[in-house]
Amino acid sequence: MSLARRIIPCLDVDGDRVVKGVNFVGLRDAGDPAELAARYNAEGADELVVLDIAASRDQRPTFLETIRRVAAELAIPLTAGGGIRSADDARAVLRAGADKITLNTAAVARPELISETSREFGAQAVVLAIDAKRHGDEWMVMVRGGRDDANMNAITWAKRGVALGAGEILVTSMDRDGTKSGFDTALTAAISSAVSVPVIASGGAKLPDHFAEVFTDGHADAALAASIFHDRIQPIRELKEFLYARGIPVRLPC
Amino acid sequence: MKITLLDYGAGNVASVERALQRLGAESQRAVTPECVANANALVLPGVGHFETLIRALDERKLRAPLLNSIHRGVPFLGICLGLQALYVGSEEAPTMVGLQLFPARVRSLPAVVKLPHMGWNRLVVRRSSRLLDGVDADAYFYFAHSYAVIEPGKETVASCDYGKEFVAVLEQKKMCAVQFHPEKSGEAGAQVLRNFLGMCA
Repeated sequence: MSLARRIIPCLDVDGDRVVKGVNFVGLRDAGDPAELAARYNAEGADELVVLDIAASRDQRPTFLETIRRVAAELAIPLTAGGGIRSADDARAVLRAGADKITLNTAAVARPELISETSREFGAQAVVLAIDAKRHGDEWMVMVRGGRDDANMNAITWAKRGVALGAGEILVTSMDRDGTKSGFDTALTAAISSAVSVPVIASGGAKLPDHFAEVFTDGHADAALAASIFHDRIQPIRELKEFLYARGIPVRLPC
Repeated sequence: MKITLLDYGAGNVASVERALQRLGAESQRAVTPECVANANALVLPGVGHFETLIRALDERKLRAPLLNSIHRGVPFLGICLGLQALYVGSEEAPTMVGLQLFPARVRSLPAVVKLPHMGWNRLVVRRSSRLLDGVDADAYFYFAHSYAVIEPGKETVASCDYGKEFVAVLEQKKMCAVQFHPEKSGEAGAQVLRNFLGMCA
């Protein structure tokens, strides 16, 4: 009896459209968020993540409306983030229909944001998102959509985030993101063994083998990907059947 | 029949509302003692902290009407924290008094596993029940919690094993509760909600 490993499609949203890019740049339109959400819900996704990549103040109402439209399509958990700077921002996102929030840049700037939101909404609702990039023999935290170096070790930051109340860590490898060359299993394993909460691996997925690797060698509890699901390069059902055949516990869609 | 959702300002009311809507059930939110007292069927959704839930119930004076309704046999479904609230108390907030319908205390799951227990897990079914009628024995349900009831009682229908075996589903006459989130558990969760609606009809 063990907890199923989760497959999580991610919708990067700009206003009311899903977009995609390579290494956080060169964005292209990838569809309607609610339509994609309905598709993933039916295909057996275990959870959905929606990220507001613009995260600008004036786009906020549009993003909240997007969350409402997406949530209406789902019978699975929804995580939403991007631009959450306060407990009020978090509350608005949760009220719009998300079950969890992700904190990233704002938590680096003001780590108490993690404890504030965790106290109010519970640790299970607070996901600390870490964008990590390799520098020599360590991984450093990047912020502002991967543009700035926060001058902080990613493993240290993950541990601190959990101590402050984060209930889950979403770690994105900036080196692998968009490359389709596989997850950074070393990074994922390092984070996973350092913290006591579930870890979601992100960045670099393409092949079913990549997912198998990140669940076994990377000790990930969940794996996230975007464009390979949007573009139907990797159907979720087939991916889960592949993992199941490998002896990795997954929830097979009926 | 209209389902009344206890809305105490926190929790996953909207998700439960949407899930019931998808099944064609009508629902309303109750914020006053009168609404709870007059309800024909009650759902107590819950996420977050034990203290927040118990405080909110007491501040809004919902405890007495809720207990009255349950004792009168009004169909009741507690979800997640809504299951935990039925017990005497919780390690999460030792000074708070629960609804005391069952004698056990809610405990922290052991730290030998990653906490929160977050994700999809299966049940160990102990006896037949209306709530799990037609649910596949291998079905996965979505859990998101760190505390649980680890002492099963005769009301326990199914348990789940994560670090320790804990109560996942309970049913006693028309009082039901689940530790997982049926509103987030895909088709298996929808079947549980459908069964509850069947008990309300």
